[in-house]
Amino acid sequence: MIYKAEIDIMPLKALLDPQGKAVSMSMKNIGLPEITQVRIGKHISLKVEAANKQEAHKKVEEACNKLLANQIMESYSFTLEAEK
Amino acid sequence: MKFGVVIFPGSNCDHDMIYVLEKIFKQEVVKLWHKDTDLHACDFIVLPGGFSYGDYLRSGAIARFSPIMKEVVKFAQKGGYLMGICNGFQILCETGLLPGALLHNNNQQFICKNVYIRSETTDSLLTKGYPLSKPLKIPIAHGEGRYFAPDDVVKKLNDDDGILFTYCDENGKITPEANPNGSLLNIAGVTNKKRNVFGMMPHPERAADEELHNTDGKNIFSSIIDSF
Repeated sequence: MIYKAEIDIMPLKALLDPQGKAVSMSMKNIGLPEITQVRIGKHISLKVEAANKQEAHKKVEEACNKLLANQIMESYSFTLEAEK
Repeated sequence: MKFGVVIFPGSNCDHDMIYVLEKIFKQEVVKLWHKDTDLHACDFIVLPGGFSYGDYLRSGAIARFSPIMKEVVKFAQKGGYLMGICNGFQILCETGLLPGALLHNNNQQFICKNVYIRSETTDSLLTKGYPLSKPLKIPIAHGEGRYFAPDDVVKKLNDDDGILFTYCDENGKITPEANPNGSLLNIAGVTNKKRNVFGMMPHPERAADEELHNTDGKNIFSSIIDSF
């Protein structure tokens, strides 16, 4: 089976996100002061071949832990869906 | 001494490093291509600055898995001397050979300027050879140099005397103003418990030639070569 993973990688909540902060501040400049606390991360989509969803989950998790996210500074979450 | 300088696609301080070691310090230098797996019996390996693999994903994240790095990690685990400068430091943090991580500068800018750093320990090959806390003027050039580590890791780093360099003012005082990028505790460089792996964001190889009117970086290279 081929599964499609949609992965979100975000800077840890406790850490300053200078990109998000700069974008937050520019919300005022476009007339949207109601928008605050912007945080910017990454979105990664990928396909994984696995016998079942559980195995696919394990593989994506391994990819996140080893390469896609650095857990000293980032957290990750993902969804998995079987391709039709 | 025989130095090995690793060249990744995107390294751009490799030749400065080779020039300083070969021409200024008259040492033997071997270039180590990222696809190689032979370290040529080097005594000291340097991971130079630059943008290995275009800094894709995160600085140093992809370089970490290049063929040469497998050998470099084995070399360091056996006690071999290994130093990473700038992008090299980022790679060493990604491999886990050094604690912590290097985040985007707190002002979200690429900073290229001279800063002052001082050594925080004389118990290392890089800092043995000159007086503790002597401020050195060394350039930095990075967008991701904000040193960060979780509390427990910082505590261990302190307990292990692992802070090598801190950003300071020209009198050697550690102040928030002297911290160019928001690094935790003004940390500019660290070493591991075994004291054979070193990482620093500033570029001593850019301050080691009379022609550049700043040779403070020579203190660090002399220290390595004299105390080896």
